[in-house]
Parts: sequence; C-alpha cells; structure tokens
Amino acid sequence: MSIEPFNRHTGLVAPLDRANVDTDAIIPKQFLKSVQRTGFGPYLFDEWRYLDHGEPGMECSQRPQNPDFVLNQPRYAAATVLLARANFGCGSSREHAPWALRDYGFRAIVAPSFADIFYSNCFKNGLLPVVLDEGVVDQLFQAVYDASDYRLTIDLPEQVVTTPHGDAFPFTVDPFRKRMLLEGLDEIGVTLAEQAEAIRAYEQRRAQEAPWLFAAR
Amino acid sequence: MTPKTLYDKLWDAHVVTAYDDGSALLYIDRQLLHEVTSPQAFEGLRLAGRKPWRLDANLAVTDHNVPTTAHTEPVADPVARLQIETLDRNCAEFGVTEFGMGDPRQGIVHVVGPEQGATLPGMTLVCGDSHTATHGALGTLAFGIGTSEVEHVLATQTLVQQKAARMLIRVDGQLAHAVTAKDLILAIIGRIGTAGGTGYAIEFAGEAVRALSMEGRMTLCNMAIEAGARCGMVGVDAITIDYVRGRPYAPQGELWERAVANWRDLVTDDGAEFDRIEVFDATAIEPQVTWGTSPEMVAGVGAVIPDPRQVEDAVRADAIRRALEYMDLQPGMPLTQIPIDKVFIGSCTNARIEDLREAAEVVRGRRVSERIQQALVVPGSGLVKRQAEAEGLDRVFSEAGFEWREPGCSMCLGMNPDRLNPGERCASTSNRNFEGRQGQGGRTHLASPAMAAAAALYGHFVDIRDELGG
Ligand code: SF4
Repeated sequence: MSIEPFNRHTGLVAPLDRANVDTDAIIPKQFLKSVQRTGFGPYLFDEWRYLDHGEPGMECSQRPQNPDFVLNQPRYAAATVLLARANFGCGSSREHAPWALRDYGFRAIVAPSFADIFYSNCFKNGLLPVVLDEGVVDQLFQAVYDASDYRLTIDLPEQVVTTPHGDAFPFTVDPFRKRMLLEGLDEIGVTLAEQAEAIRAYEQRRAQEAPWLFAAR
Repeated sequence: MTPKTLYDKLWDAHVVTAYDDGSALLYIDRQLLHEVTSPQAFEGLRLAGRKPWRLDANLAVTDHNVPTTAHTEPVADPVARLQIETLDRNCAEFGVTEFGMGDPRQGIVHVVGPEQGATLPGMTLVCGDSHTATHGALGTLAFGIGTSEVEHVLATQTLVQQKAARMLIRVDGQLAHAVTAKDLILAIIGRIGTAGGTGYAIEFAGEAVRALSMEGRMTLCNMAIEAGARCGMVGVDAITIDYVRGRPYAPQGELWERAVANWRDLVTDDGAEFDRIEVFDATAIEPQVTWGTSPEMVAGVGAVIPDPRQVEDAVRADAIRRALEYMDLQPGMPLTQIPIDKVFIGSCTNARIEDLREAAEVVRGRRVSERIQQALVVPGSGLVKRQAEAEGLDRVFSEAGFEWREPGCSMCLGMNPDRLNPGERCASTSNRNFEGRQGQGGRTHLASPAMAAAAALYGHFVDIRDELGG
C-alpha cells in the first residue's frame, strides 16, 4: 500500500505532558477488534478524552468530553503536531496507535524518545516521529503553553524543526525510512522490485547451510 | 576471528542485503499470526493481488479475543467473532496453517510457538505482537512488529531492520527459594526502567539465568519489551536443546543432529563486546509486586508505597502521583496491606505448565479468601491445559475456589469477557499494569504465579518465602 508522502509540514502543536504514554492509552483494546485500518480517530486517547466508556462503532460527537484533557481544549482543536514526553508509544505493537493518531489528523509527533515498534509503525503510515533533546522538548512545552497559536515547521528533506521565532533544531532519520516517507512508497512493492532476486539467492544458500529451516512439515 | 555476541551471530546469518546506513533486509524464518494484528495485513495482500512468499513459514492461532469458557460455544461478542472468523477465512483463503478455536493446540501465540517447536534456536521469528520477545529464550532473534510489517513479511519473507545496540544483563548468583524468573525480570525493569532497553537487544546471561528452566527463560525474555527492548535472548545450552527435542515442528533424525551441531554455537563468544552491561545480584532479589501503572513501578514485597514528594525528578514525581491516584494508594502503605479483589493466573508471561505447578503448590488443600470475587486460572494453551489436568492441577485449583478456564489471553488485556470492572484491584501474573489494561478503571498488580496464588488465599499480598519456607 502506498502511503501519504510527508515533505514539509507546518502545524499547530498540542502538548501532551506525560511520560511513557502507552499504546493502550493511545487506543484502548476494545477498538482493536476492527478489521479495518481506518476510523480510529474518534477513539484516539478514548479513556482520557471522554468521561464515559467507549465501545467500537459508538458515535462520539455526543459523548461527554473530559474538559481537562488537552486535546479537548478548543485552542488545540486543529493541532496536527503532537508534542510529547519520553518513551512515547510504549507497550503493545498495535499499529492501531499510529492509525488512530493519523486518522485524528496528526502528521508528526515530537518527543525526546519513542518506543521502538511504535516509532517504526509511524513511518508506515505517513506519520513522522521526531526525536529532539529532552531540553529542547522542555523549551517547546514552555513555548506552547505561553503562545496561543504555536506552530512548528517540520522539514523532512532538511531534517529540521523550526519554531515561529526561527530557532532550528535538526533531527536524524534513517535514509531508508526517509525515502519511503518522502516519496510515499509502497515498501512491499519496493522490496519485491529491488530485492526478490537477493531473497531467492539467500534462500538457496541458507537451505544448504540450515536445511531444517526449510523442511516443510 | 573477532568474537561475536549471540545477537550479532543471529543478525549476520539473516542478512539478505546490507544497506549503507547500517540497516539490513533481514530474512524471517518464522512468522506467527493472530487475529488482532493480521486482518489488515491479509487485506493489504488481497488489495495488491499478492500471495504469501513462503506459506510454510507462517503459523496462525486465535488467542486475544477468544472466550475462556467452553470453546465449543459460538463467540457471543459479534465484533470479536468477526475478527476470529476473519482469521479463519484469511488462513483458509491463503493456505496458512491455523490452530483455531476447538483445536487442542490452540493457545496464546507465544506459548504455542515454542511448545510446537515452531520456534527454533537460530531462527528469526516475528509476530504482530510486542511479546514476541518471549521466543528469544530459545536463542532465537524474535521481535514484535506492526501490521504493515506483518504484511511485508507475508509478501516478501523479509523485513528492513535497523540493528540494535547490544546490552548484556548478567545475573550473578542464585535466586532464593520461591523467587522466580518473574521476580527477576520485574526487579531488572525496576532498576533500568521501562525505557532502559530502548534501542537495545538484550542478552540475559549469568549463573541465575543458566539455572532457569526454559519456562523461566521465556518469562524473562517475554518482559524484555517492558524494559523497552525490542528483543531479549538467552544463549543455547543443554536445557534449550532438551526442550526442543521431539516437538512436532522440530527437525528429526539426521536433520536434528545437524541442527543441534549448529545450535551449539548460538552463544556469545568469550571476549565479545557489548555496548552496555548491567550486572545484578540474584541473591538480593525479593519477590516483587508492582504498585503503579508501569512495570517499572515495582518493589520487593516487604516495601512500602513510595512518596512522590521524596522524588527529585519532577516528571517522575508527577508520574508517581498520577499512578497512585489511579491506583488509589497512599504513600507509606505496606504492599502487603493492599486488599485484592480478583486474581488472574495466566498470560504469555506466566501460563506455562511450570507456572501452573508453582501456583498449584501454593493453593493445594487451601481456600481462596472470602474477599476475592474471582480467581481465574487460564492455561497458556490447550496442551498446557491437558498436561495440567493429567497432573490433577485443575482439581487443586477448583477445590480451592479458582475457576479453571480454556486457553487464551483472557484478562491479560480483557479483549474477551474476562476483565476488571472500574476500581477493581487484581493480582495478576501478566506483564502490563497500564491504566485500563485489564478493563477500564481496573487496577493491576503484577507478580509471580506463586505470589498471585498466595494473594488469592489471603485477599492481600504476602511474602511467598514465608509460605513456602524460603
Ligand atoms: S497474553 Fe497478554 S501480553 Fe501475551 S499475547 Fe496475549 S494479550 Fe499479549
């Protein structure tokens, strides 16, 4: 499946000020029963966002919202960049977490660190996880709280995050993932087109070395 | 030759193509599938008109959604039923072997893989589930992946991976009597933190690890993900090879001999270098109980609930404050005074036969406390269940007042009807105590099977060493 490319994005920032936000919090388990990839946005952070208990298929517009939850504050309604704390996305491997974030409207998440599987899942879904220093993230939290319409520009080709005041913070990203995301490529298609021969050659060699791995039962 | 770590050996043997940036296209020997993270992957294949690259490398089970009451009954929850039926349909359509409901081999994917010999030393193994780390106990490079990657493996038998840094966790000395692999891994996470292993492949080694059974090693590696590491592993030794011998998917005859000769090399060479080494003293480890909403919020059973006002780091103090609020606990309270409502013995962490034996030993001839509303024992697989029944463990549990159930993930994450109600407090042998993990508003305390079993008898935690004569 090809994905929506990510190039340069400027968006309103919403601050989610807690560490170790886990995937159960991002999208609770009852929503994992879906066999689709879409439609998770209304249930993003369901237990924090609403005061009642959410179930799949529920119409969310009438549900009682938790006014204390950051995404329910009108000033962040149009946010497309999530500012988060360390170890964001820890816990389960559910890709439903990036699906929900993307479906809600986020294009990028900025945090001091991410859990590995979540980090990799983001790239497959046109969602860019950006790692910046803890100190920089602290500053950004402060800036978001202080300004009413705080926007960050995230430039993937240049690998830099720019603040409204022109401060620029570089970030790293693997060349392979960068290419996939920039061009919105179908990774499977790329592997099959570029690597099918190499995979077959590997299998032949490996079947000699370790035949038990290929002895079909 | 430069000495290599186990991780390097496993990695190097599976590189199809090495890229300039240090990443590689890795060949995947085995993919395990379950109903929750696979539907969109099969759908992706279908939409693109693709076929699985190598059918016999895949094995599917239903586990997350299945009810743990009689598996002959239809699944009551229509949404869960759709997901289970979708897996059945996908496996039938694409030709993937599946142990579905009603198959005696059905069970939690991470229990079934090793039990069937579908997990072998030296393999790369993936599954759309973070606890795939479990399989590293067999000297396997095993890690959890997302659904897009599940589809990538189905279609190409490979994955692009970034190489992790290497961490050695060496546990010197022996664990005390009644202190288990679960206590060890909780203590490790308590020290290095839930993000301590991020970016690392962890190898567990040292005297205490060598002394563990395969079941214990699986418990250890299972929770490597809870320390942030994508995989955990233990080098191959006689215990590993004895465990694999004779299992249905294990090689036989001459192939077995060749395989074993190869597997003996699946250990870290003397002098190989790690990026980080953490040393633990097994003799100092007490039975552990979590008190918060993250596995790192854990302490020895003799401890009291910490006071956030005494924690300097502001982010951490705030996390503790929120956790105590959610858990409805006060600083200074002894862990042994926390009243328990429900007990869950199960999950891919602690539902293998040895775990059930440990719990049964504690409850034999005794009764579940009056204050416990429900005490569940959910075997990890149909075969574990049969074995336990052959040993009479089901009767030990039933007579004590536990409910003896059919295999599945059950109350580990409460996708099926087994779950906590808001405010309920559970002693659980599972692996995650996140907010709402076992049911919205539910409060989870992680512990070993023996500790959870004893909590069922008393209605609160006790030091299992006193019970079992430590
Ligand atoms: S038992 Fe729990 S942790 Fe293990 S696979 Fe099932 S849901 Fe995941």
